[in-house]
Amino acid sequence: MTFPVLSIIVFTPIVAGMILLAVPGQRKDLVRWIALAAAVLALSLSLYVYLTYDRALAGYQFVETYPWIPSLGISYAVGVDGMNAPLVLLTGIVMFTGVLISWGLDDRPREFFAFLFILATGVFGVFVGMDLFHLLFFYEIAVFPMFLLIAIWGWQVTREYAAMKLTLYLFIGSVVALVGILAMYYASGLHTFSMTALEQANFSVGFQKTWFPPVFFGFAVLGGIFPFHNWSPDGHVAAPTAVSMFHAGVLMKLGAYAALRAGIMLLPEGAKFWSPLILGLGTVNVVYGAFIAMVQTDFKYVIGFSSVSHMGLVMLGFATLNREGLTGAGLQMFSHGVMTALFFAVVGMVYDRAHTREISKLGGFSKVMPLVAVAFIVGGLVSMGMPGFSGFVAEFPIFLGLWKAQPIVAIVAALGIVITAAYIMRVIGRVFFGEMPAEFEGHIPPVTRFDRVALVVLAGILILVGVLPSVIAPLVQSGADNVLRLLGGA
Amino acid sequence: MTLPTYDPSMIGAVLPELLLLALAGLVMLVDLAGRGRRGLGWLSAAGFAAILVLTLYFGRPTASQGMVFGGMLRHDGTSFAFKVLFLFCGAITCLLSLDVPRVGTRGEYYSLLIVATLGMCLMAGASDLIMLYLAIETTSIPLYVLAGFLKDDVKSVESGMKYFLFGAMTSAVMLYGFSLLYGATGQTNLYLLAEVIRGGQVSALFLGGVAVLILAGFGFKIAAVPFHFWTPDVYEGAPTPITAYISTASKAAGFAVLVRFVLAFLPDVSPYWSAVLAAIATATMTLGNLLALAQTNIKRLLAYSSIAHAGYALIGLVALSEFGTASLVFYLAAYVVTNLAAFAIVILFARSAGSDRIADYAGLSRRSPGLALGMLVAMLSLAGMPPLAGFVAKVYVFAAAVESGLIWLAVVGVLNAIVGLYYYLTVLKVVYLYRSDDENKPIAVPRTYALALLTCVVAIIGLGVVSAPWLGWAVRTAQSLFS
Repeated sequence: MTFPVLSIIVFTPIVAGMILLAVPGQRKDLVRWIALAAAVLALSLSLYVYLTYDRALAGYQFVETYPWIPSLGISYAVGVDGMNAPLVLLTGIVMFTGVLISWGLDDRPREFFAFLFILATGVFGVFVGMDLFHLLFFYEIAVFPMFLLIAIWGWQVTREYAAMKLTLYLFIGSVVALVGILAMYYASGLHTFSMTALEQANFSVGFQKTWFPPVFFGFAVLGGIFPFHNWSPDGHVAAPTAVSMFHAGVLMKLGAYAALRAGIMLLPEGAKFWSPLILGLGTVNVVYGAFIAMVQTDFKYVIGFSSVSHMGLVMLGFATLNREGLTGAGLQMFSHGVMTALFFAVVGMVYDRAHTREISKLGGFSKVMPLVAVAFIVGGLVSMGMPGFSGFVAEFPIFLGLWKAQPIVAIVAALGIVITAAYIMRVIGRVFFGEMPAEFEGHIPPVTRFDRVALVVLAGILILVGVLPSVIAPLVQSGADNVLRLLGGA
Repeated sequence: MTLPTYDPSMIGAVLPELLLLALAGLVMLVDLAGRGRRGLGWLSAAGFAAILVLTLYFGRPTASQGMVFGGMLRHDGTSFAFKVLFLFCGAITCLLSLDVPRVGTRGEYYSLLIVATLGMCLMAGASDLIMLYLAIETTSIPLYVLAGFLKDDVKSVESGMKYFLFGAMTSAVMLYGFSLLYGATGQTNLYLLAEVIRGGQVSALFLGGVAVLILAGFGFKIAAVPFHFWTPDVYEGAPTPITAYISTASKAAGFAVLVRFVLAFLPDVSPYWSAVLAAIATATMTLGNLLALAQTNIKRLLAYSSIAHAGYALIGLVALSEFGTASLVFYLAAYVVTNLAAFAIVILFARSAGSDRIADYAGLSRRSPGLALGMLVAMLSLAGMPPLAGFVAKVYVFAAAVESGLIWLAVVGVLNAIVGLYYYLTVLKVVYLYRSDDENKPIAVPRTYALALLTCVVAIIGLGVVSAPWLGWAVRTAQSLFS
């Protein structure tokens, strides 16, 4: 395989972003079409990678390695295995739908798409990275555009606060992880940042126990782990729609994924030692996040806290350190990414038309925008883990794994599902059914063609995975096996 | 050890200095002839650039060369690297000065700038106490004048005065330290002196006291806590191109002598002095960053940020290793190009808007998207975000600290980076988010400034993305101090 498809995926967005910056800012339609073209290219390439990944062979594929800073053993190294191939595809999907959803954005779209694409390059770069320095480099590229995207195009009321809070939280997490990574680099004595080489480093058990928390939790901040989840609902709510989709749909996976790769895979003994703590915190995420979501009066905050709750399941899946749990966590990352992108897209469409997100002031939207209502219900069913939808495919193995690892956690975390059902039902009932307030009658414009395409794509994927789990589950399982190899079959 | 006094090949060691001297004279002559007022800046900038190129080709240290001119100078990787850095700063500063009123058309302004650079080049190579002192003064005196160059501006005069008083005081203290050192060892050559001290005949307590005196002089140059008090006022009052120059070239020159001095005594400095330097680094970073939080004037903000950056760079020195020194050199290069870019924008903005208040930067992204983008790059690089120079530079110094077992110092560094990020983002927030009544007034960007800014931005991204060759260069530089 000499065609550098992963590198092209990584650099397509940023190159498109640079091209956008060179286009005159007034030519907004040209800007949008360039953005869409880049998104389509990235999506088709990531789909190509996903479909041509050789499942029988498993392991890392499409690998490219170039020396970057040879004197320190740093290389530009990319590759995919069963764990990240779906995440690359997810990023492509969210990027594509995000551009469609943002079609109507009128304030400086050139800068908006340029920053969004820099972010996308960072995300792709982390997901395919096989070198710790490379990973961190792209990780931070993904962080700072968030600040501008939220601060400039976000919701006026909280955007400054939320943007600053989010950026500082994530930066703190990443620099703490940086210290851990440097410690690993020098302790290994291998003079390399390559993750595949560091897997064989045989760090002492004491070292692993000491350095696991900074590395794992440093990245898990972006995964929204309790008690460092606080930035996330605020950030979700303040962000413009496409950015919320990226943020909840992809960025939180970035944190979880980096925590898995750098934390659990490189410091497996540390992971075993600290897994009870992660189980505990993850349970808090699931249950507490769901409770908080239930009492929100703002539509978008409900979804924001639901992400905290669902990401808790990913953390729980990681902490089981067994095959079922890890597979479930991998599936949940994909499924939740698509689902939450769908949710935020819907919230954005409702807000753009109603100019309020107060649940008590909304109602009856299924009459004016039936497709949106259907899409949201699909997302809701996924969220509740209904069989036939992707949520079930993801959550079922997580609970299987949890039962094997720690039955009590499985029982408590299952509460989260019940509460999720409650708040999802409540939102569906209040927002989409019931009486429509008189002020909205006749004032709700229909959704655009681009919006419909985005919704159909997202909802379609959720159903496809639910009905035909074989399109993704075996792949993720091979990725989980790649992790388990290092955990000594624990 | 016998020190060769002269042979013709030594000219290469002082090539940039000789050429700078000629350039200074030429600028004065052209000014006297009264020809081409605006051409003076171009002439100086082109002169700097030409000297830079000539130095790169003919001024390289060869393996055989070490001490030259009777041990007055040392022609090695370090002096070469720093000279290149100073010449780069000089060229950019000239470009930035061209359109500054009451500054950009004055021959003596450029001549003083060139002479200051000459002094810095000597500082980079000085390996003898007398030479070192002369070089420092050759640098400082023109800078005092330049800081107070705007005679009608109270702030500029205050700036020059303050700079002079602080500078004169600290350099007197430092000279006293030098004299004690000479008295105790009978040597003025740095490396011979170090050998005597290694002989163990000088009491450690005495040396400690002397080191404090000398550190005051160097600390003033790099604006390290507690010798930093002059920084904000001088930066604020001085003509902005000079602020840019003081904050980059002059600081780098301070580091050049500090590094040479500390490493000359290497086997004797650790661990006690390493702890003192670590404490200074910690205090410098922390204080600089915390005080920057409260600033409302962009020049003062950059002043405190430059203090903080001296602290980060010191981490590389504290590591007392080859890689640590390399990371310091790399850090300085990254910092220099970034800060020059930031000041280029400050100058351009002040030219159009007549203000240095951060609040007045509101609407900049609508007035001039290009400048706003430049500000974004500069601020994020200062904050240490990839893919920019500041990120790799920070990773290198922190890595050097971890390599030397100073994990706590790396932790202090990253915590400071967080504080730093906060105030850099605050600036960007004003630039991108806030609106202003003036946002329909575009900001004119003359070609010279565009050239300077573009050079810096390309350098920032280049250092950040393709850092391997530059790091290799920094490592070779560092090796010359450890051989």
